[in-house]
Amino acid sequence: MQEVPAIRFENITKAFGTKVVANKNVTMDIQKGEIMALLGENGSGKTTLMNMLSGIYRQDEGQIYINGEEVQITSPKDAYDLGIGMIHQHFKLVDVFTAIENIAMGMDKKETGSNKDITEKVQEICDKYGFDVDPKKKVYNMTVSEKQTLEIVKTLYRGANMLILDEPTAVLTPQETDKLFAVMRNMKADGKSIIIITHKLNEVLAISDRVAILRKGEYIDTVLTAEASVQSLTDMMVGEKVELDIDRPEVEAKEKRIGVSHLTCLDKYGVKALDDVTFDAYGGEILGIAGISGSGQKQLLEAIAGLQRCEKGSSIVYYDNSNNVETEMVGMTVSEIKKMGVSLAFVPEDRLGMGLVGSMGMSDNMMLRSYKKGHSPFTDRKGPRDLALRVKDELEVLTPNVTTPVRKLSGGNVQKVLVGREIASEPTVMMAAYAVRGLDINTSYTIYRLLNEQKKKGVAVIYVGEDLDVLLALCDRIAVLCGGKLNGIVDGRTATKEEVGLMMTHLNEEKQEVQANG
Amino acid sequence: MDKAKTKSAREPLFHIVKRTDIPFWKAWIIRICAVLAALVVCGIIIVLLTGKNPFEMYKFMWDGSFKTERKFWKMIQDLAMLLCIALAVTPAFKMRFWNIGAEGQVLIGGLGAAICMKLLGDDGAQLSNELLLPITILTAVVFGAVWGVIPSIFKANWNTNETLFTLMMNYIAIQIIAYFTFIWSSGSNTVGKLNAQSHAGWLQLPKEIDKSGYLLNILIVVGLTVLMFLYLRYSKQGYEISVVGESVNTARYIGINVKKVVIRTMLISGALCGIAGLLLVAGTDQSITAETAGGRGYTAIMVSWLAKFNPFYMILTAFIVVFLQRGADELQTQTDRIINADFADILIAIIIFFIIGCEFFINYSIKFRSHKKKEVEA
Amino acid sequence: MFAAFFHRAVLQAISLLFGCTGEILTEKSGNLNLGIPGIMYVGGISGVIGGFLYENSLESKDDANWFLAIFIPLICCLIGSLIMGLIYCFLTTTLRANQNVTGLALTTFGVGIGKYFGGVLIKLVHADVPSVTVSTTSNFYKASLPIAQDLGWFGEMFFGYGFLAYTAIIIAVIAAVFLKRTRPGLNLRAVGENPATADAAGISVTKYKYLATCIGSMIAGMGGLYYVMNNASGVWSNNGLDNIGWLAIALVIFTVWKPNFAILGAFLFGALSIAPYYLSLYEIVDINLRTKPFFDMLPYIVTVIVLIFNSLRKKRETQPPEALGLSYFREDR
Repeated sequence: MQEVPAIRFENITKAFGTKVVANKNVTMDIQKGEIMALLGENGSGKTTLMNMLSGIYRQDEGQIYINGEEVQITSPKDAYDLGIGMIHQHFKLVDVFTAIENIAMGMDKKETGSNKDITEKVQEICDKYGFDVDPKKKVYNMTVSEKQTLEIVKTLYRGANMLILDEPTAVLTPQETDKLFAVMRNMKADGKSIIIITHKLNEVLAISDRVAILRKGEYIDTVLTAEASVQSLTDMMVGEKVELDIDRPEVEAKEKRIGVSHLTCLDKYGVKALDDVTFDAYGGEILGIAGISGSGQKQLLEAIAGLQRCEKGSSIVYYDNSNNVETEMVGMTVSEIKKMGVSLAFVPEDRLGMGLVGSMGMSDNMMLRSYKKGHSPFTDRKGPRDLALRVKDELEVLTPNVTTPVRKLSGGNVQKVLVGREIASEPTVMMAAYAVRGLDINTSYTIYRLLNEQKKKGVAVIYVGEDLDVLLALCDRIAVLCGGKLNGIVDGRTATKEEVGLMMTHLNEEKQEVQANG
Repeated sequence: MDKAKTKSAREPLFHIVKRTDIPFWKAWIIRICAVLAALVVCGIIIVLLTGKNPFEMYKFMWDGSFKTERKFWKMIQDLAMLLCIALAVTPAFKMRFWNIGAEGQVLIGGLGAAICMKLLGDDGAQLSNELLLPITILTAVVFGAVWGVIPSIFKANWNTNETLFTLMMNYIAIQIIAYFTFIWSSGSNTVGKLNAQSHAGWLQLPKEIDKSGYLLNILIVVGLTVLMFLYLRYSKQGYEISVVGESVNTARYIGINVKKVVIRTMLISGALCGIAGLLLVAGTDQSITAETAGGRGYTAIMVSWLAKFNPFYMILTAFIVVFLQRGADELQTQTDRIINADFADILIAIIIFFIIGCEFFINYSIKFRSHKKKEVEA
Repeated sequence: MFAAFFHRAVLQAISLLFGCTGEILTEKSGNLNLGIPGIMYVGGISGVIGGFLYENSLESKDDANWFLAIFIPLICCLIGSLIMGLIYCFLTTTLRANQNVTGLALTTFGVGIGKYFGGVLIKLVHADVPSVTVSTTSNFYKASLPIAQDLGWFGEMFFGYGFLAYTAIIIAVIAAVFLKRTRPGLNLRAVGENPATADAAGISVTKYKYLATCIGSMIAGMGGLYYVMNNASGVWSNNGLDNIGWLAIALVIFTVWKPNFAILGAFLFGALSIAPYYLSLYEIVDINLRTKPFFDMLPYIVTVIVLIFNSLRKKRETQPPEALGLSYFREDR
């Protein structure tokens, strides 16, 4: 006789608006004391399904059973009471609160006792599973990994015995990931059920007992991890055979395009975000930028784009080899850089908040780059419209109309609009930050292909990424940032993931110590 | 655990989901229903207060705007003035700059006009109208623009809270007007008609063409409405305003000088308020008091907002407001002052509550839970 | 002399303090309520109506019972401002309407109600002057402890106020302790900082927003009542409250969202608004009809300077609640 599953979804359906069906008739089980990987492409409805379990969303149809009993989860509080805890991809923490305050909020004082009692109990949990939490530290001073630890401790403190982790490794270094996995195994040994949402297949194989696969909102199958392989999982996830190798074409004629030296920038609170960074970028190569998130990647790209104030001594030189002109770009505004004839393309991390205007259509968004052209006080509307139609055709953007607000498009299509517009300006330097974050596999490969095309045209491509496997497969060289300092540049063909991971967290001098000790 | 179990029997009756799109006509039906519902509520309140037939009362309100030619012109004039100020605040609001200071900008613009009429008119330099009018217009525009641009400079450079800054500027403006009222009125605290003999600087068409005296004002505002529509919709500056309003980050990213746009837009906004002040002082009252703007600076914000910043829709929203104001004025005489002019504010606020509240039903829909499965079990 | 100045400054400060404390609580829940001036109007006129009805129900003014004279206007004031808070909350929290527009409309509404019913009352008493007076009730509000007279300047400075003044200070202190030390206070701050996080932690965002805004409204409404009963001696004359409401909102920024600072901030503003008149007593400045407007504009100019000064501060702890002005919908993606 089969054991009663810890969690059971039955015929769950959830739609957003009239068009987007996020989950359709999903039925699946999670057993007690197992680590289940929930695998699916971006947009396949993994997070939506889990959000219904944790009380953030409410299903349109279907039931959820916990330990065999039907439950109504109408709010996160209900989920907590049932022992369900979710660690969201965007951490649910209040920045100006301390660690303890974040744990205490929302709980009855009668249950928790004073802050001192909480601290003691938190320490117990930390000791049991191998965490480290500084109770008085404010969240805005924490690293991503510390925040994640706090989130997990918070759910454990509330007595969760079913944990959901939404893409927990996306922001971690390989070493931090290993540590997280060790903790997850500890929790499993303690009898807790764990669901990990991810699209990284090697991690699925490393940590999970079983894998459930979603595709386009529908449940496909659950397989035993022991019987699965990277290729078999991918095929199930995408629904067709997928070529998994990323191209890295060789370009012979490389020429120096951008020379960054002694670049130092401050963040908005006056703390050094970049500290004396020096490197060159060449046309005809993809230069990867690696580093745990918040290591100065944003400031680096924005400094080159003319959006970030640089401190004294910083220099960013643009080399125009055809005319033999060198331009110092530090101190110039975006429009001044453009006027100098430097053609920069920039695909920023925040696509709808920075790269595009969400409430405008494709056509008006194309206009962002070109609206100033000409002397008329009025805008030219035909050019952008033609460009929008061309991008829509060439990159197969799915949109009802070029006037439909881009906010209403899916993540992949939004990115195609943005990349399409940036490439259309025929850049000589192209910068892209987290260009495939949140995209499905096919769109990701489209983006890689577009970047490689630019590289073959002789464009200097700078690519900030978080997935080390992709960086190592795509980039010619990888510059590793660590706490705002450049910790070295490695060759993408020869470097290993562990090597880069270590460089992300330990500055060179420290690294030698680590190697000496271990 | 126990708590949740007891809950399990009770399924929520409904839950709310966001709508992605709603047909144009459906949205308008919802809005019209909201206005009708608001009128019903207003009717109930009127009945409660006066005990009279609400339809009769609405008839009186209709009379307030349409009974005589004079009332009609007065209504159109009020509509034009409110619309003018609503047009003035629109570029700023579209940029998400909360300019609550239109009242003060109008007053200071009007003061500029009054100063010219006083110093260069009958009691002063006695300039000819050909010279006096351009100077008056220019002064009013510059005064309004300066008053409007001060908060924007601080907003652009240090992100100073513009809502309260512009608001404080209103009170400062009122005191400045109080000062001038005092020195011009020699103690009686009313300025009286400026240039009453020569009509120097009066912004009016000759009596033969325009009996009401309001026609020039109205024509100017009609022109401004069209211009503002074109400016916001088709000009490069209008495009910049939209981008800054939607996302300052995007604006910076494509190289828009956000500070420049903020300051420039407030110059325009302030200048238009200056024109409104000019029309009120030189075109309507030929005098000035602290009540010249009459709270239109605040109502205009709601007129502009309800019209979703579209100048043509604003004609409609401004009409609703003016209709209620004129109506309440009319009721005052019809109900032995049980209803008075302040009552219009209550009515306007109720209608606004209903209209902004109804947007919820346009943006969200309520899904009732289907009980299919329960029946099968039973 | 200083005691008298101090006394007057406190009298001026109390309305501001009520408004400021109320708005701090409201803003801590993420609701930016620009309806405070309207709420103060409603609070004031409701109290006046209560007092008016009570006074008219008496055979003779000497029959007035101190408890009823205080209780009836107070309860009317609280109910009136509670309704205003509920309207605001229903529109912004339940229907997710824009907070700024709702607040402005609420101010229009409240000022309209204040002036309209003020007008009706004035019409009812057939007064020659356009005002209505509830002086009997007002006297109960203004009554101070008898020991105030016995203690000379000390009594004047610390005991010479009506009970509402002490209430204002006590409420501000309680609000400060509540926000800083208690678990519900922590929850409230979480709602204002990051409602999605608070929600995920099991805090009912809607409940906290409603409670904070409605209680905040009632506190602000008492500011209106204090103004009529104590500052204006029970005379309702259809103006004077809107600027106090706006200044109270500005004061919130000045006091960096801390009710304990609000006590000091309100006192400073109160002192500032009467300082010129004290200086003129010593003939340091000359106030006449010509210069009066410039002295009257001082508080507003100072507010502007304070706003500018505050915007230059960039410390993390002095920033407004992160989600201030935004409506929250759980299923937003």
